Amino acid sequence: MSTATTNRTGGMKIDLTVLGPILALVALIVIGILLNPNFLSYGNITNVLARSAFIGIIAVGMTFVITAGGLDLSVGSMAAFIAGLAILVMNTVLPSMGGGYGVIAVGVLVALAAGLVAGAVNGLLVTKAGIEAFIVTLGTMGIYRSLVTWLADGGTLSLDFAMRELYRPVYYGGIFGISWPIIVFAIVAILGEIVMRHTAFGRHCAAIGSNETVARYSTVAVKRVKTMTYVLLGLLVGVAVVMYVPRLGSASASTGLLWELEAIAAVIIGGTMLKGGFGRVWGTVVGVLILSLIGNILNLTDMVSPYLNGAIQGIIIILAVVLQRKGGAE
Amino acid sequence: MKRLALTTALVGLAMPLSAETIGVSIPAATHGWAGALNFHAERTVERLEEQYEDLDFVLTTTPDPGTQVSDLEDMVATRNIDALVVLPFESEPLTGPIQRIAESGTWVTVVDRGLSQEGIEDLYVAGDNESFGRIAGEYFVENLEEGAKVVVLRGIPTTIDNERVEAFQGALEGSGIEILAMEHGNWSRDDAFTVMQDYLSRYPEIDAVWASDDDMAVGAIAAIEQADRTDEMWVVGGAGMKEMVQRVSEGDTMVPVDVTYPPSMISTAIELTALAVMNEGLPVSGDFIIASELITQENAESFYFEDSPY
Repeated sequence: MSTATTNRTGGMKIDLTVLGPILALVALIVIGILLNPNFLSYGNITNVLARSAFIGIIAVGMTFVITAGGLDLSVGSMAAFIAGLAILVMNTVLPSMGGGYGVIAVGVLVALAAGLVAGAVNGLLVTKAGIEAFIVTLGTMGIYRSLVTWLADGGTLSLDFAMRELYRPVYYGGIFGISWPIIVFAIVAILGEIVMRHTAFGRHCAAIGSNETVARYSTVAVKRVKTMTYVLLGLLVGVAVVMYVPRLGSASASTGLLWELEAIAAVIIGGTMLKGGFGRVWGTVVGVLILSLIGNILNLTDMVSPYLNGAIQGIIIILAVVLQRKGGAE
Repeated sequence: MKRLALTTALVGLAMPLSAETIGVSIPAATHGWAGALNFHAERTVERLEEQYEDLDFVLTTTPDPGTQVSDLEDMVATRNIDALVVLPFESEPLTGPIQRIAESGTWVTVVDRGLSQEGIEDLYVAGDNESFGRIAGEYFVENLEEGAKVVVLRGIPTTIDNERVEAFQGALEGSGIEILAMEHGNWSRDDAFTVMQDYLSRYPEIDAVWASDDDMAVGAIAAIEQADRTDEMWVVGGAGMKEMVQRVSEGDTMVPVDVTYPPSMISTAIELTALAVMNEGLPVSGDFIIASELITQENAESFYFEDSPY
């Protein structure tokens, strides 16, 4: 009887850690419903989920990088650069290809390939050149940001108007009333969860993040796995860009500003350890939704001065993590 | 890159002793309007260097107030500038450093963002934020019924934004037009898109949108189109972006007018400074305020510049 009670408390402990971010999400949803009747409307939910998709897709990749003990600060600028590059390439091939879906296919391929290459550059600099991830990606962050400003000549790169109409449905369209960004985000998240939980790659990431030396002695190909996490993240940045470009059909120096910090915050809110060793993809999804909902709720009410939006976000981020860590410590 | 190369090339040049040097310090191209500012600054510098043999320029672009202070110090220390054209990133932190440069006898032209103490600069060239907000507000009063509902997108929280919004509210006073909400879209297309989406979920009735900037107008219009409510409201941006001016001239019902705030004012400032430096005794000092104008379908053509990036 007494053993059973101990087990029950043990079970509760784990539940609290896991439930932390979910409780925060539910609390936000309840607050939203109480503050504005339109909060649960189809339009608003679609808006929030679709705008979460960019950060969400990137944050799933970030979960792997952080789990393996790395970090990537360059994803926001990388997204801006890739978006600019894709628009530029599409505009350039347009006259020779004469419009149509072929041009969009070229743009999509350019975005994915550029993401792959950019991720590989980050990964190889970290593993082969042995530079700290923070420094490597701080450097590439600055490089990509200047490159997009330079490509745009300080202004805005805009997709040709006719192409924009053709490409538009990729963000605004969908099937069964669910728009494409939401579908892609869901697929990426589900695949990410499976890879993290049920494949050797996912377990190797966690092993490297918790102790690199031990992982190496256990015949984990440390460098290859670490490089692959950055390549995966780069590819997912490319996927996010494919969904982002049709939204406004433009990219500028202010595109993707601070996305890296939002992605990292989402990962940590979701329960992944910043120092590596443990990752939780579904938690990251919850983290992304929490961040989007805060902005949405603040826009739906006049309760707080808009000057304080950042402060409210900060408080909720810290609260979500405190809730979670306390659950673990008890 | 190009800008960096230009600056390096200028620093590397061996200067003839008699040459005059003008330092130009402006914010980096972080949004559309600042991008156009950079475009006009570079073009003017190139043209004037051709025109005057004995005139050199140092052009720096800066991402924050701290860097701008360092840039100014470098210009004085290493280039010994004779005149300075500066668009202060923020008024307060730049006032002291610019005052010290002015006191050393250097000609100082301040552009657009005034310093927090009067009488420091020799020449002040600026747009008129008060009229920018007021002209938009007057258009709303003339074209909306009493009891009409409008939403406002604000820029990055700054004095500029405050002055514009106050003037807009002032113009609406007593008209019976109701401002439903004012949130910051930070002069960004993406932020404006998000804020406008949320306005649309929140308010079943919106008659007009004051986006207060053309980049934000682009984002707001995309959100309105997505919600399929284009017949219900119109949008007024501001600054005079090419695409927006074109929509006005084509008689687009969603974009009936635009309000100017010309980024080419930097060219005016650099040209006037060059005049002052190259022609001693020519009276150039004072305030040069460029009023905002209402762009309508009738006059849109004269505000459209084909080769401008903005």
